[in-house]
Amino acid sequence: MKVYISVLKLRLSMGMQYRAAALAGVATQFFWGFISIMVFEAFYQHAVQTLPISLKELIQYIWLQQAFLVFVMMWFRDNELFDLITSGNIAYELCRPSGLYGFWYAKLLAQRLSSAFLRCFPILIVAFLLPKPYNLEPPTNITAFLLFLSALLLGLLLLVAISMFLYISVFITLSPMGSLLVFGVLSEFFAGLIIPIPLMPEWLQKIAYVLPFRWTADFPFRVYSGHIPEHDATIGILIQLAYLTVLVVLGRAALNGVLKKVVVQGG
Amino acid sequence: MSLYFKYLLIHFKSQMQYRTSFWLLSIGQFFIPFSIFAGLYFLFERFGQIKGWQFFEVALCFAVIHMAFSLSECFARGFDTFSSLIVKGDFDRLLVRPRSTFIQVLGSKFEFTRFGRLLQSVIVLLWALSNLPIEWSIPKAITLVLMITSGVFIFTGIYMLAATMCFWTVQGLEVANIFTDGGREMAQYPLNIYQKWVTRFFTFVIPFGTVNYLPLQYILGKAGGSDLVHMLTPVMGSLFILPCFLVWQLGVRHYRSTGS
Repeated sequence: MKVYISVLKLRLSMGMQYRAAALAGVATQFFWGFISIMVFEAFYQHAVQTLPISLKELIQYIWLQQAFLVFVMMWFRDNELFDLITSGNIAYELCRPSGLYGFWYAKLLAQRLSSAFLRCFPILIVAFLLPKPYNLEPPTNITAFLLFLSALLLGLLLLVAISMFLYISVFITLSPMGSLLVFGVLSEFFAGLIIPIPLMPEWLQKIAYVLPFRWTADFPFRVYSGHIPEHDATIGILIQLAYLTVLVVLGRAALNGVLKKVVVQGG
Repeated sequence: MSLYFKYLLIHFKSQMQYRTSFWLLSIGQFFIPFSIFAGLYFLFERFGQIKGWQFFEVALCFAVIHMAFSLSECFARGFDTFSSLIVKGDFDRLLVRPRSTFIQVLGSKFEFTRFGRLLQSVIVLLWALSNLPIEWSIPKAITLVLMITSGVFIFTGIYMLAATMCFWTVQGLEVANIFTDGGREMAQYPLNIYQKWVTRFFTFVIPFGTVNYLPLQYILGKAGGSDLVHMLTPVMGSLFILPCFLVWQLGVRHYRSTGS
């Protein structure tokens, strides 16, 4: 455990080096947030039927999504790990006295945490200060907030567990591009990052609710705005835990499986 | 110009050496905007319209902007990845050659896999056109072509501005993404659905409005006033690249090698 924590610490301080890049990222995400809000506002303006999610809740959803983008994006990747696998330097990693799964998991987790630390606060603060219809509001009560926090953290752990499969798949395909694309497009869509899940047609919602992706983004953000009531949120957190356990166990098994087959050539 | 086509041919041949990888990447590029378009489709399924614009009208807008984007990514990629030229010091080599830096940088990289993206928007375009009751005439067809070309010019202009920044900052800046990726995202809807300041900024500063909103009104027969003005707006938009070109020249003169 100690090893993993120090990996986490090291990566965090490394990630903190890139402050200018983070600022540029913040600006981009603001623009993105504004554009999406305006698009939805225009859609909602003449909506005839009652909608499954109110514009207010949607705005909370969008700002949280922008603030915690690195917690929920599959595209965010570690090229170093890909290089290790394709170049054969994986041999050095195998010499380490700690399990590879845990080691990589800690590394990936730390990368996402450090970039989120830099980016989320400026976005959240400014989003709170925005004029009335566009602002981010505090959650309805403290329970909702605590539920949101735990859902968000579990979502992050879940996303890292899913992204581990991306790296494992590179052992087989030797090129990250294909799997990155499949994982990226699918996870982005079914996590509700392109359109929120409540706005999807019924049949698509059914698919989205079965897949693990929505638990990383859609679920925590809707808990925050109160769109998912507290009782359901508690059950949801249990489901997140179950998914996490299953994915980590499967991921470990898969990684050990591919590692057994790895042939490191000399050179 | 013949130099440009030579570059084009060489890059095409070299990318075709890895045929499977080329096709896989192209197919992948096909699916990225596909999910965005699916999102757009589902939103219209639920809401029916956006500020009076129907689905196929917006689909036309989407197709035009995505076509322009993929074309500019394919042919002006050299400017998009310019920071790597600077960092490695390779730009010094370009400077000693007796050709313009513009052509050389433009020819330094092509991304032919963007054809996947292009194909996707062509399909959307055809689908939208076959479902819209447009009375076609030659001026309208010309306007459509002008919309796409002017879009390519604008995106290329933004790439050039971002590349010019590299002369001062060495590293590329993520801020440029606001205007390329963000501009694409925004311009896939007709511009008048946004608030006034957004519409104004993207008509008079970075003229995306001249690519989609104004000529689109003319094609769909929604334009009030002179048709000719609406028809010619894409041409005005294309002029955006001229100041970008000047800024680029200024940057080249200012350039000091990183020495690596």
